[in-house]
Amino acid sequence: MTRWVMVADLNRCVGCQTCTAACKHTNATLPQVQWRKVIDIEWGSYPDAHRLFMPVGCQHCADPPCMSVCPSTATGQREDGIVTIDYDLCIGCGYCMVACPYQARYKVTRPHFAYGDEPMPSEAVRFDEGRMGVAQKCTFCSDRVDEGLARGLTPGIDPEATPGCVNACIADALSFGDIEDENSNVSRLLEEKTWFQMHGELETETGFYYLWDGGKQEE
Amino acid sequence: MIRFGSTLQNYWDWRAAGNFIFGGTGSGLLILATLMSWPGPLEPAAGLPAVVLIGLGLFLVWLEIGRPWRFLHVFFHPQTSWMTREGSVAVLLLPLALLAIVFAQGWLLALTGVLAIAFLYCQARILQASKGIPAWREPAVVPLIVISGLTEGTALLFLISAVAGQPQSWTEPLLVILLAARGYAWVRYRAALTAAEAPAEALAALGRFNPLLLGGGNVLPLVLALAATALPTQQLPLMFSAALLALAGGWLSKFVIIRKAAHLQGYAVGRLRRGRPQIRPPVRRKPDRFVS
Repeated sequence: MTRWVMVADLNRCVGCQTCTAACKHTNATLPQVQWRKVIDIEWGSYPDAHRLFMPVGCQHCADPPCMSVCPSTATGQREDGIVTIDYDLCIGCGYCMVACPYQARYKVTRPHFAYGDEPMPSEAVRFDEGRMGVAQKCTFCSDRVDEGLARGLTPGIDPEATPGCVNACIADALSFGDIEDENSNVSRLLEEKTWFQMHGELETETGFYYLWDGGKQEE
Repeated sequence: MIRFGSTLQNYWDWRAAGNFIFGGTGSGLLILATLMSWPGPLEPAAGLPAVVLIGLGLFLVWLEIGRPWRFLHVFFHPQTSWMTREGSVAVLLLPLALLAIVFAQGWLLALTGVLAIAFLYCQARILQASKGIPAWREPAVVPLIVISGLTEGTALLFLISAVAGQPQSWTEPLLVILLAARGYAWVRYRAALTAAEAPAEALAALGRFNPLLLGGGNVLPLVLALAATALPTQQLPLMFSAALLALAGGWLSKFVIIRKAAHLQGYAVGRLRRGRPQIRPPVRRKPDRFVS
């Protein structure tokens, strides 16, 4: 079995938002939508102040609250753990959005483009009416993953089969791979470093892991 | 643990709140109306407003959804979705209630009452299943919503019967009991949220409205209802005021929970671990219908 997960190394992330831009470019999301974004966290106060950059988005939970609440079965889950949305089934009730503890979902009822209500030619070409009025979120670039696999490539290793955000990361902070494979890139990272899952107490068992040394690198 | 980024949700607005307000009162009223009307037919003066209120709540939800003409899809997931269950119960409940008004059948009335209870319970569970909102997912929200619906229904039933010139005296002690229970459920709910370390902004919002909700919406109507039993000459105006306040208190509490205290979970840095994670398989291995 395969279980695709993403690993974000917070010790490496520089908060440049290149992953955010790459995601928007890859998936043609509207300006008010960010399937991938990086949160800038500051805590403490001088002289004991800290800063951290945290990439966030859909965590592709093993037990996704969004899926169990969805009344239309639009939110589904693949065998490889990727949580999906069927835009043709979704009624846009927003229940998944209040059920998601990761603020990963978006619903756009009226599109706004980069320069107002009219799309630029590049935006018009890629505009998807099917995403209007329904829930949308990160797909782990499942189309790239599937296409890559069909061509015999390895997601997380071969860029053509890897999510856009991971490919774009300038600091090599994002990794993607199969956690069920003990020798995969992500398995090795999690074996070697300290890590956490966000909101573990909610028992969603996310498919997104954060590597962090607890701030030791700063010291 | 480092937590941050908890903001007030804007996904569900006043229309969603309206469903919990009108649906809760309507189903509460229907439960009480079936008891009052036993063995049938359902008293139309109470049954019809209940049906209208439930229908109004559902209509408001319909106005909120992004793809309103796909509304039939709401019935696709009864296995786990409380929204599907609410909708399915409503589809049975509304025509059955109308039939119960026309036909004097005990079983019809009983079924209507049971479905009204189920509808109210579904509403409470819809909130509890919303894991992204700490103020909703708290289990103590379930008794609060259910008791509030019953309180509002009792209050409205008294108001309707009083306006019709036939105040239902049995609703008075019931309202006293329910107001006491709702006050307790409210205090318990807030305490549970504090213990669960809900977002500070949500706790603050509930705290701001607490004097109005606990004092004005529960304690004051409780005192007025008790005074009504002690002062027979002033019974009607006192009970009328108590019922109005009880109704308004319930509506305001739901509005506050859904629109003012609905802060998102936010983000967090979790507990650090070392070593290969325990891998839990996905709960539903459903193939992607778009991928061959």
